[in-house]
Amino acid sequence: MGRALAVIIWILTLGSVSLFFVKQWWFPTAITSHAAALDRQFLITIIVVGISFTAAQVGLGYMVWKYRERPANDRAVYTHGSNRLEVIWTIVTAIIFIGLAVMGQSVWASLHFNKAPAGSFQVEVVAQQFQWNFHYAGKDGVFGRTDPSLIDDSALNFIGLDETDPNAKDDETHSVIAIPVGRPVELILRSKDVIHNFWVPQLRFKQDLVPGMAIRVHFTANQTGKYELACAELCGQLHFKMKSYMLVLPEAEHQALMSLPQEQFQSRMTELLAKYPLPTY
Amino acid sequence: MSVETHEAVHRHEPPTSFIRKYIFSLDHKVIGIQYILLALVAVIVGMAMSVLMRMNLSWPGTNWPILATLFPGGAPGGVINPEFYLSLVTMHGTIMVFFVLTTAPQGGFGNYFLPIQIGAEDMAFPVLNMLSFWVTLVGFIVILSAIFFSGSASTIGPIGGWTGYAPLSALGQIAGPGQGMGMNLWIISIAIFCVGSLLGALNFITTLLNMRTRGMSLMRMPLTCWAWFTTAVLALLSFPVLLGGGILLLLDRLAGTSFFIPGGLYVSGILSGTNPSFPVHTGGSPILWQHLFWFFGHPEVYIAILPGMGATSHILSTFARKPVFGYRAMVFAIFAIGLLGFFVWGHHMFISGMSPYSAMTFSILTLSIGVPSAVKTFNWLGTLWGARIRFTTPMLFAIGFVSLFVAGGITGLVLGQTSLDLPMHDTYFVLAHFHLVMGVASIFGMFAATYFWFPKMFGRMMSESLGKIHFWITFVGVYCIFVPMHVMGLVGMPRRYAQFTEYTFLTRLHPLVVFVSVVAIITVLTQFLFYFNLIWSIFKGKKAGANPWDATTLEWTTASPPPHDNFAGVLPVVYRGPYEFAVPGAPNDFVMQTEPETETERVGGNGHNGHRH
Repeated sequence: MGRALAVIIWILTLGSVSLFFVKQWWFPTAITSHAAALDRQFLITIIVVGISFTAAQVGLGYMVWKYRERPANDRAVYTHGSNRLEVIWTIVTAIIFIGLAVMGQSVWASLHFNKAPAGSFQVEVVAQQFQWNFHYAGKDGVFGRTDPSLIDDSALNFIGLDETDPNAKDDETHSVIAIPVGRPVELILRSKDVIHNFWVPQLRFKQDLVPGMAIRVHFTANQTGKYELACAELCGQLHFKMKSYMLVLPEAEHQALMSLPQEQFQSRMTELLAKYPLPTY
Repeated sequence: MSVETHEAVHRHEPPTSFIRKYIFSLDHKVIGIQYILLALVAVIVGMAMSVLMRMNLSWPGTNWPILATLFPGGAPGGVINPEFYLSLVTMHGTIMVFFVLTTAPQGGFGNYFLPIQIGAEDMAFPVLNMLSFWVTLVGFIVILSAIFFSGSASTIGPIGGWTGYAPLSALGQIAGPGQGMGMNLWIISIAIFCVGSLLGALNFITTLLNMRTRGMSLMRMPLTCWAWFTTAVLALLSFPVLLGGGILLLLDRLAGTSFFIPGGLYVSGILSGTNPSFPVHTGGSPILWQHLFWFFGHPEVYIAILPGMGATSHILSTFARKPVFGYRAMVFAIFAIGLLGFFVWGHHMFISGMSPYSAMTFSILTLSIGVPSAVKTFNWLGTLWGARIRFTTPMLFAIGFVSLFVAGGITGLVLGQTSLDLPMHDTYFVLAHFHLVMGVASIFGMFAATYFWFPKMFGRMMSESLGKIHFWITFVGVYCIFVPMHVMGLVGMPRRYAQFTEYTFLTRLHPLVVFVSVVAIITVLTQFLFYFNLIWSIFKGKKAGANPWDATTLEWTTASPPPHDNFAGVLPVVYRGPYEFAVPGAPNDFVMQTEPETETERVGGNGHNGHRH
């Protein structure tokens, strides 16, 4: 029985570890430097986790194999423990675990503590149940005024844009986010109704969109293409369908898109969505 | 002669009426069994829901004719619709966390064995104890009724996950299906549950502090008692916060307050305050709900698993035929986990919009809690080192607990880091992590406890052969279910999705999704072996003596099952620590706690305290 249990524990351990390290199922390719740094931190952590997990399970299997009851009438070792061992393993695990926590903060800090660089491309993101709305400032680079009391979904004014504001004249809204490659992007995240979450796996970060708050995040994409955007916070019945795309465009193509008037903007977006394929997974 | 008179005076006979004896019983043993029965019923409901969810995820759009009959609203034409799926998610989580993981380990086994293990005749407040069970049962009935009240014709329960994030949960009907009467009942059920748990916690703490028998010093208590005690303290301090939060949420829904609803919301085409169906709200904070919920929710994780840790330590030592390694360190580790458990709730909220500085603090504290958890693991391995292991079914499950606790707990090193939580949050990685550690490991602790204490509770042994088959399939099964979920999370699969068909990046995971579902269904079916074993053994099991496992603690000094007053009127006196196995020179390889000290022990002072080394 003891040997069978030991072997099963070892097989399960091997299976679990290899499921990670065959990399058949892994992160999609990162498209920001932040994401690449995060991947490095993940790799370090998962190696520590893998080693600790394997050591503990192999040790458990070893105990179970070696110390099964013998027919001979001998007794177990009579001991109540060892203070020296307790001190050693407490200190060693404390150093490793807290060390990891401290190491993990640098990527976090770079995302949250630095303001978006001047000249960042700004997009206002307004989520609502099962739909994404992206508000672009247009040619002048200034967002028109918005007000919740002006929101009218039936008139397609999803974000409550004040048409009388001169700054709003060239503003565009669309359900797809289009950003330039190689230029810092700042998102201003809002929600009209319940909590949603902005999740593009290639960016390696999630951020809730909380009603009543405007949360800012920034990043710089380094790879053009079309990426799937998902909602990752339960927002109601059709949560699983709250899907859109993030287009990362060459700077010139993006600039040209942003200076188009409203009608042409819409049709150009449709063309671009067809032009860029999804990454192959 | 005088001794006999003494006994006669102090014996307490059980009430004779059936209702007072088995239904509205004041006997902690009967109440413990009532709690266990509640958990056994609740877990079937919870498991059935998980099977429905797996069916829907693996074979979306399939027509299951039986579902059309059972749930005409949730599965019209036999196809599970998204809102029904989400209400299954909500109900599965709520029922499992509250009515299984909180009832069986603490209310069930704690109630039954804490008084006996400390040598008391009953709990300190028997009436309070009875009330705590019946209040909890009312909570369970209310949560079940939530399935059938949605405010519309279809039978759809609340939608919110077990966390019920506001403002989705606060807005009412206007926020879509699953936000009507079902959500009110969900909140009311949890509030009732909080009250029941508070009554129980008060009782546990008082009993343990005041009613220990002569010689039962704190450091001679079995580790199970330390675990139940700490759990009770956690419950006492955390449930009131959830109760308060639940009441505020209900007020937001029914009385027009705005604790969690900010101003200017525009929901389902209506601006707040412009229509009677959506009254004006202003000034609330959605994040406040998350703070209140997780201030309870994180300690709740430890409420679920600490009793399993206690049972595992107890059972490992018994069948290793060896004292617990590092008893004192184990006690400190339980305390450290309990204390730190109150300062880490923010790690559920890294992506919530909370201050990033708070997140860093929570992150460091969170990884610190891994230290006492690792210390416990090392000590379990230490207990097995140099042992003479008897591979009984309870021992297999206790060893399984250690393996699963490591497997589930260690990924906390990933999730507890601020930066690594960013991609992992709300994916299947999280799902895998907490199911393994809080769900499966805790349940393994309870399986071990059931096989271990069944002979004491019913006077008969459970079938070892059935128990072992149950162990092997379940142990391999849970690894095969939950380990693949980690890599699903790596790829980015979000949780609480009714279908994965919308996203191209998820399609390559489909073989894994199907694999997990198939194993899950097999593993769930295997659990009926356990149910069969329970029922069969009550009537047909091999008769058990007072101490069938050659164990040392007080519950094994009395008859199986114990008399109404536990020790037939004579309270035991304790002379030594709880895990005196393999004592050199002793006639047997175990020395019971009630064994008086020998002359040499009194002189040499060696080992009689159980933790002197």
